[in-house]
Amino acid sequence: MEDDVRIPIAADTDLIPARAEGRALAERLGFTRTDATLIATAISEIARNIVVHVGQGEIVLRALDDGRRCGVLVVASDEGPGIRDVDAAVQQGYADSASLGLGVPGARRLMDEFELESSPEAGTTVKMVKWRVRDDLEMLRERRRRNDVAG
Amino acid sequence: MSVAILRQGDVLIASIRADLSDGQLLALRDDLAERTGADRIRGVVLDVGALDVIDSFVARSLRSIVEALRLRGTETVIVGIRPDVAIAMVQFRLNLEALRAVLDLDEAVALLDQLTDREDADGG
Repeated sequence: MEDDVRIPIAADTDLIPARAEGRALAERLGFTRTDATLIATAISEIARNIVVHVGQGEIVLRALDDGRRCGVLVVASDEGPGIRDVDAAVQQGYADSASLGLGVPGARRLMDEFELESSPEAGTTVKMVKWRVRDDLEMLRERRRRNDVAG
Repeated sequence: MSVAILRQGDVLIASIRADLSDGQLLALRDDLAERTGADRIRGVVLDVGALDVIDSFVARSLRSIVEALRLRGTETVIVGIRPDVAIAMVQFRLNLEALRAVLDLDEAVALLDQLTDREDADGG
């Protein structure tokens, strides 16, 4: 399993490496270029929320593997004041910030799983995952590779 | 430099060469608004083929470039949106009504001629 990739987010220029690392991880895991772009776009959106609303935070990228599927997990966290109405933010975007109206619901549509937790004490954490289902041939190769490593 | 701006007659061709930060995008908008007036520019072709990601901020910035330039009497055509980026933009449900996009530079120049009634102006 690969190590986590951590990208500190403190300015709009940090979005560029965050997107690039997300794309690179997705491509290493065999995602199509289109899916890699969807992941990079979702990362960009969530990272921008951190820059605009809080000022600083962190994006952590992790490769997931549950046998049949592999995935990219993106965890974006900040220690800001939290979001008052999480449901509204997820459904419609932040009502109190017209400029980010699309951010959260948009990112959610680009990913397979999306969770947002927020409180005034702990800040805001977004976890999102995009999965890729392995086909039979790939499963076979993966098993062989593992056997080779074990043997 | 991350954006190259070339002038061809009364058309500006702005090619984004690398992924831009938010600040660079806004600087591009200001720069284009400035130059279109100063140089009597009829149309702008904005090549975004190097953009890996067009998220809501980038889409909004492109829209604000188009709208600001229109107020300066200049039409803007976007070229080179990558296929994967186009799919992401649709899935994101970005509001793209203001953006006029075509596939390549030739189409962009033809569309600009049409938008600015080039033939009429030349004929008259």
